[in-house]
Amino acid sequence: MITRKHNEVEPGENRARRSLYWQYAVEPFFYLSPAIILIGAVMLMPLVIGISYSFQAIDLLRPFNTGWVGFENYTKLWSDRKFWLALENTFWWTFWSITLQFFLGLGLAMLLNTQFYGKKLFQALVFLPWAVPTFLSALTWAWLFNPVIGPIPHWLTALGVLSEPYNILGDPDLALWGPITANVWFGVPFFAITLLAALQSIPGDMYEAAEIDGASTWQAFTKITLPFLAPMIAITVMLRTIWIANFADLIFVMTGGGPASSTQIVSSYIFTTAFRKLDFGYASAIAVALLGILMVYAVILLVLRKKLVKV
Amino acid sequence: MIFTQIQRPAMTLGKYAAILFYLTFALFPLYWLLKIAVTPDRLIYSDGTRVWPSEFTLSNFSAVLFQTDFLSYFSNSLVVSLGTAGLTTIFAAGAGYAFSRFNFGGKKIIIAVMLITQMFPLLMIIAPIYKVVASLGLLNSLTSLIIVYTAFNIPFATFLMQSFFDGIPKDLEEAAMMDGCSRFQALRKVILPLTLPGLGATLGFVFTAAWSELLFALMLISKNDTMTFPVGLLTFVSKFSVDWGQMMAAGVLALVPSCLFFIFIQRYLVQGLTSGAVKG
Amino acid sequence: MARIQLKNLAKSYGSVEVLRNINLDIRDGEFVVLVGPSGCGKSTLLRMIAGLEPITAGDFEIDDKRMNDVRPRDRDIAMVFQSYALYPHMDVARNMGFSMEIRGDSAELRKSRVTEVGKTLGLNSLLQRLPKELSGGQRQRVAMGRAIIRDPRAFLFDEPLSNLDAALRVEMRLEIARLHQKLSATMIYVTHDQVEALTLADRIVVLDNGNVQQVGSPLDLYEQPANKFVAQFIGSPTMNVVPVSPAKGGVTLANGLFLSTPHLADTSEAFELGIRPEHIDVVADDGQCLTAVADVVEHLGSDTNIYALVDGLGPMMVRVHGNIATKSGDRFGLRLRAPNAHIFGSDGRALARAISRAA
Repeated sequence: MITRKHNEVEPGENRARRSLYWQYAVEPFFYLSPAIILIGAVMLMPLVIGISYSFQAIDLLRPFNTGWVGFENYTKLWSDRKFWLALENTFWWTFWSITLQFFLGLGLAMLLNTQFYGKKLFQALVFLPWAVPTFLSALTWAWLFNPVIGPIPHWLTALGVLSEPYNILGDPDLALWGPITANVWFGVPFFAITLLAALQSIPGDMYEAAEIDGASTWQAFTKITLPFLAPMIAITVMLRTIWIANFADLIFVMTGGGPASSTQIVSSYIFTTAFRKLDFGYASAIAVALLGILMVYAVILLVLRKKLVKV
Repeated sequence: MIFTQIQRPAMTLGKYAAILFYLTFALFPLYWLLKIAVTPDRLIYSDGTRVWPSEFTLSNFSAVLFQTDFLSYFSNSLVVSLGTAGLTTIFAAGAGYAFSRFNFGGKKIIIAVMLITQMFPLLMIIAPIYKVVASLGLLNSLTSLIIVYTAFNIPFATFLMQSFFDGIPKDLEEAAMMDGCSRFQALRKVILPLTLPGLGATLGFVFTAAWSELLFALMLISKNDTMTFPVGLLTFVSKFSVDWGQMMAAGVLALVPSCLFFIFIQRYLVQGLTSGAVKG
Repeated sequence: MARIQLKNLAKSYGSVEVLRNINLDIRDGEFVVLVGPSGCGKSTLLRMIAGLEPITAGDFEIDDKRMNDVRPRDRDIAMVFQSYALYPHMDVARNMGFSMEIRGDSAELRKSRVTEVGKTLGLNSLLQRLPKELSGGQRQRVAMGRAIIRDPRAFLFDEPLSNLDAALRVEMRLEIARLHQKLSATMIYVTHDQVEALTLADRIVVLDNGNVQQVGSPLDLYEQPANKFVAQFIGSPTMNVVPVSPAKGGVTLANGLFLSTPHLADTSEAFELGIRPEHIDVVADDGQCLTAVADVVEHLGSDTNIYALVDGLGPMMVRVHGNIATKSGDRFGLRLRAPNAHIFGSDGRALARAISRAA
């Protein structure tokens, strides 16, 4: 009775004859290799290089001051007030974007899971915002929020939310809401599509059984729909959170990080540090810090998911 | 949610209200974009908050099309986006197939790595990539954009393709292999025809993503004749000191391909994600 | 046609052993059924024969040539899948002729072959249809047609009837039996249904947990099971098993009754006794036999099944040929037919019967 521990061929076996075992073990890599090679070359190698920058002083404005500086960039980071402010903004930016995107997306998905006249057209139209280039939507929304030439401040005043039409994007307390709105507009289709796919994969007979057992609509929702969706929700939320935390385009175009850094999030801060101040070393350190935080977040979420998901 | 429908009037009213809300929410900004594009220059500021323009004109469009380099930007973008979409779909189909059909050592690690590439800000690698591309002499070339964009899109496209492949039973390839095909032949003759919706969806998705990419295009291309349209659009800001009418007109024109593509493929996206038995 | 030999075959996934010590010599033209409960490894074994799973250890030979590393398409073996695996985007004709298409045969050759095979399976009116337009039985026949067209050395069947309803299953079972008679082909058939095994096989291989439990003809397995597992797996309704203790010349049942077993050499290891429901007789209570109370009685017309609680022994099932008037709650007497009793040791192996292990 011979038992092997690995899929690998033992030395002395017919390697020359290319055993079926070996063939089947190697096969997947043929299909996988182009993708892996490209990712490795274009993303991973530069990533490593980028991380190495964070340990160097690469300030293009002071070209003779380069060299390895160890953790100096990181200690500078720890005491940088602007960084912590950006971190806080990142949190609020991500939190509100995700929450609104998720709930509106869920509502839309549930709506699309029913039947109504013109649904196909509706579905096609309502997913359109995803196809709009982000900087274009940023410009449009900036326009919409502009008190002089855009409608939103006037409408909000008419509704009584604002005392007078004024520049939301210019108010440090409210400015973040501009990009958040644009982000929600942009991101709802993504959530809607993925949640719709998940909703449609829930077997219909579970609802029928629940109805026979006397469940109300709300109970069916909380006891069948949500648990079934939970794994999908967890992964999607995690991925989107990370993506949104990194997503600086909208903010950059709409507010440039201002006023008074009130809309500056960590990744837009990286951008300004890198391309306005031309301090690549410090910018890389900030980026590495952000990456670290997001990875911790991802791990926490995955652990939580394992514990909570029973389906 | 499929309860046997007993129509309750309040629910139906609510449903149609929701439909109206979502429709308005999605389309209003696009409408506004269109509105500005058709408003003649002089009225842009005074017409500002009016919902319906007082005058229509197509002069912005004609100006953009014939007086600027817009057409060249547009065709550059087309080349890059189509190229990226095609290349990404091929690579992602391979990778997605591998993930769907095989269980091999290192699979989890590779998936984790792909996940990580989605996590860090692309800003981090913009400088190293610039250096590498420059040293290869590939600055200002559309090819370099295609290669870079393909790498960025592969992880998500792989996830999509894997979902689609998961929806096709494994024994189809096995039957084909018993019938005399090599696995690759089986893939080509039997599986791929069945994943056409999936391929279409991935193509459309990547096309849309590549179409609107701004940052790396800005970085890697500075010569006017190879600029893609996002970069070109930004030049309107400086060239015409924010000529809004023309800019929005250009934006509308540029929207057309990606919106068309997306409308076409979004149905397949939902279909494919569902049939792939979406796993957490 | 082919002679297939499995020598010391073993299969593991990583460190998990799934099959061990599989030895089998399949003669040319034989119909062998691999049977066993879910998870016993029978499908894995079939796939190893097909070449879809690599073999971890041992030798697999067809006509004395080692085939371990030969790819499926070069083994000249056809397989009928449980789900039929018909190509959804091809019509029936193309599905059946696909292997010829891959080989590069001309269209006319393909067409004539397809029509020929289609006729034997009654598919010729369906040749232009797509699989989704066919019923389950029709799909099954297309899957068989696809295999037959290749004129292979051997046919493999992976639970082909499990997706059909009961009546169709019987019909298709007969078709497969007729096919075997007609083609005289070597066929290896996997199922978890022991009725299919008993009716179709020349020889049956009973598997449990990756091990071969017994190999033999259907009758061998029925009359002389090598161990308790095979005894209870083969034969429907299931054999009754009750604890016993050794006695001179026989065994003692739990209620003290002595049963004489002259056909067994040595009963000193006796641990349990097995007796099939059809080998128990209902008798009038004469004070010297077992007594029982009927729990559930099933009248099938041709037989009567009595689920009874036997005094001192526990639940047992009795099958009586024909129709008898017993009803639930009735008391009656039982007699076990000692010559048909199987005695098992504490390790489950049947005692001291001459078991002919088919090589």
